[in-house]
Amino acid sequence: MTRKQRRLTMIGGALVVLAMAAGLVLNALRDSIVFFSTPTMAAEKQVPVGKRFRLGGMVEQGSLVRGDNLAISFKVSDGGATLPVTYKGILPDLFREGQGVVAEGALDASGVFKADTVLAKHDENYMPKEVADALKKQGRWQEGAGGKPVPTQGASNAPASVTR
Amino acid sequence: MIAEAGHYALVLALALALIQSTVPIVGAQLRDPALMNVARSTALAQLLFVGLSFMALVTLHVQSDFSVANVFENSHSMKPLLYKITGVWGNHEGSMLLWVSILALFGGLVAAFGNNLPLTLRAHVLAVQGWIAAAFYLFILITSNPFLRIANPPIEGRDLNPVLQDIGLAVHPPMLYLGYVGFSISFSFAVAALIEGRIDAAWARWVRPWTLVAWIFLTLGIAMGSYWAYYELGWGGWWFWDPVENASLMPWLAGTALLHSAVVMEKRNALKVWTILLAILTFSLSLLGTFLVRSGVLTSVHAFATDPTRGVFILLILCVFIGGSLALYMWRASALKQGGLFAPISREGALVLNNLFLTTACATVFIGTLYPLALEVITGDKISVGAPFFNLTFGPLFVPLLLALPFGPLLAWKRGDLAGVAQRLMAAGIAALVAIALVWAWTSGGAALAPLAIGLAVFVIAGAVVDLVERTSLFRAPFATAWRRARGLPRSTWGTAFAHAGVGVALIGIVCETTWNSEYIGTMKLNDVTKLAGYQLRLDDVTQKQGPNFREMLAQFSITENGDKVGVLTPSKRTFTTRQSSTTEAALLSRGASQLYISLGETAADGGIAVRIYHKPLVLLIWFGPILMAFGGLLSLSDRRLRVGAPKPAKAPRALQPAE
Repeated sequence: MTRKQRRLTMIGGALVVLAMAAGLVLNALRDSIVFFSTPTMAAEKQVPVGKRFRLGGMVEQGSLVRGDNLAISFKVSDGGATLPVTYKGILPDLFREGQGVVAEGALDASGVFKADTVLAKHDENYMPKEVADALKKQGRWQEGAGGKPVPTQGASNAPASVTR
Repeated sequence: MIAEAGHYALVLALALALIQSTVPIVGAQLRDPALMNVARSTALAQLLFVGLSFMALVTLHVQSDFSVANVFENSHSMKPLLYKITGVWGNHEGSMLLWVSILALFGGLVAAFGNNLPLTLRAHVLAVQGWIAAAFYLFILITSNPFLRIANPPIEGRDLNPVLQDIGLAVHPPMLYLGYVGFSISFSFAVAALIEGRIDAAWARWVRPWTLVAWIFLTLGIAMGSYWAYYELGWGGWWFWDPVENASLMPWLAGTALLHSAVVMEKRNALKVWTILLAILTFSLSLLGTFLVRSGVLTSVHAFATDPTRGVFILLILCVFIGGSLALYMWRASALKQGGLFAPISREGALVLNNLFLTTACATVFIGTLYPLALEVITGDKISVGAPFFNLTFGPLFVPLLLALPFGPLLAWKRGDLAGVAQRLMAAGIAALVAIALVWAWTSGGAALAPLAIGLAVFVIAGAVVDLVERTSLFRAPFATAWRRARGLPRSTWGTAFAHAGVGVALIGIVCETTWNSEYIGTMKLNDVTKLAGYQLRLDDVTQKQGPNFREMLAQFSITENGDKVGVLTPSKRTFTTRQSSTTEAALLSRGASQLYISLGETAADGGIAVRIYHKPLVLLIWFGPILMAFGGLLSLSDRRLRVGAPKPAKAPRALQPAE
């Protein structure tokens, strides 16, 4: 083979791999990404039954009900709309009533959000960033509203997020 | 007093870094050896002062001096000594100080042990190190000073985040940083080569050990972090494709590619321009990782409550260094002479393929990590890209890489014989097929992909063994001859075999854990028995205990298998009073490479405890694989050719120097 042919083989091979990767990425981006919504946004967008999304908001005070065999139900609210959530399993350590939560799952036919994952992505304010941003946008929450000073520390080197 | 001394030492280190980043360059321009040698002394002095500064912060934490804001916010007088020390880098300011300390350590090592480097190259390398160091000293001093005092010192501190109060914090961040920051050396060498406009095989031989050291630490650091997440978070997961994990995986992928392309450059004097680019990209990805973690742009438990000035400052550092080095690359890379020629089917060709797949895989991780951020900035939509995305992109790219992996070491340089290699790999192929058949038969009706993946892993491991067998003529020559040959093999050959086998071992663990993991999630009361994977687990006892800075609920389980008692597990739930938060301490029982895993949930009113019990088959292989890889790296590092030193270029600049 000449130098030119060799170079063409290399470049051709590289392009094939890159095209393959691009195809995989585009395919995966279409199928496997999950959007974030608050209850109000979910109502506005009329998310279809069975479509997975991340629901974020505050766990309504007094809404947490524990059933048999670790079945759990609670309500997530963003001040505007409220959405009932069911979950089966163990809640993360940081889950509390009156505090922010992010749950992943889908709506069922009766309009209940069936979560298969409850995330504990919190800082010291017990407020996930997505929830804080969304609520701020809707004008329902302000930075430091709890009146507590906001220390700037966190789990910098901790292992990954907690999912289930 | 100590805080002020530490602060002052840091300022002095900055001053030294500024001298180190300018004077040697001027010296190299003027060909003045005295000015060039300034690099060496300033690098060592810088290490001394930043070391003093770091020791000062450690002392403050150990003494629980709550008049220092950093100690107040992250420590508590009741905290065990180990966590008082590790807590130093369990927070933003302290971990940045650790970052620069390790940077100075690597600079100091080059200064101390780089005597066989050409003087100009050493001057340039250390000057580039000086630029990086100066930028980060400024960052710390301006936005993240760990030595700030509080006007009215409180009596007690706020304690460290309980999740971080673990031995993992003692090992994981320093290891990871030794890896991350170690790649700064290859970066500095690359930039120095671009400045000088000259690069040769000797350059690759100097760069390779530094890259190898960084790679070994990064491999161990990532594995350690993964194991820490596995046992500390209580969910039994070991990899979440969390942006922070991806931030460490990207430099690892690029660094692995760099390691391999540097071999081509060293042996065959080819792929120069590409190797330089990889060296730049690898450290750029380390910087990106630092940015992602330190700026708080991410939403994860890792991220800090945000202080935008920090984010903008690191972003600026990122832009200057990545942009600057890439601009220099575009301007100067054409000046570097193109190297040797080789056929696509050859060792070089195989290494190019390796680089192609590793960098492409790295690019998909990059997209998956940054796409959500970019989308949020542009459209405001919030999305999450999780495991499904990476399984669909990263996975398929690794399959051909692993299929090709055993061929690489068996191919000859320049022009290889694919058919011959395939013939020699026949044994490995047969082993793989047997493995597939056995796993298939054993788990009949189970997942279809898992046996194939295990077959692939066996192929990789057997391929590594075949490589050694071929090189020693084991089974063909008398044993004594094979033994003699095995002893005569270069250590790097052994290293290659171990590292490659490690990849296969890790893959077996990953496949087994994800496919045949069994779990029980439910409530248990005293004396309840749960059966899982052939084990009976009985909840014997629940006790309360007071720890140094927490209260603890311990549950004792006795484990029996076929009536024989095999162990006792005591998972616990700790409540930390100062921060009003709790952690779950999982309990693990290893049976061979498999593990039983119990973690506790909340206690119900009727006394039932929510428990999560997992049986994870061969899970330990996931971390044993990386340990094998790192061991292989260590063997390569001890190779004679790296110790003996690089061959001097024909016209050694050092020879022109008068005796010092």
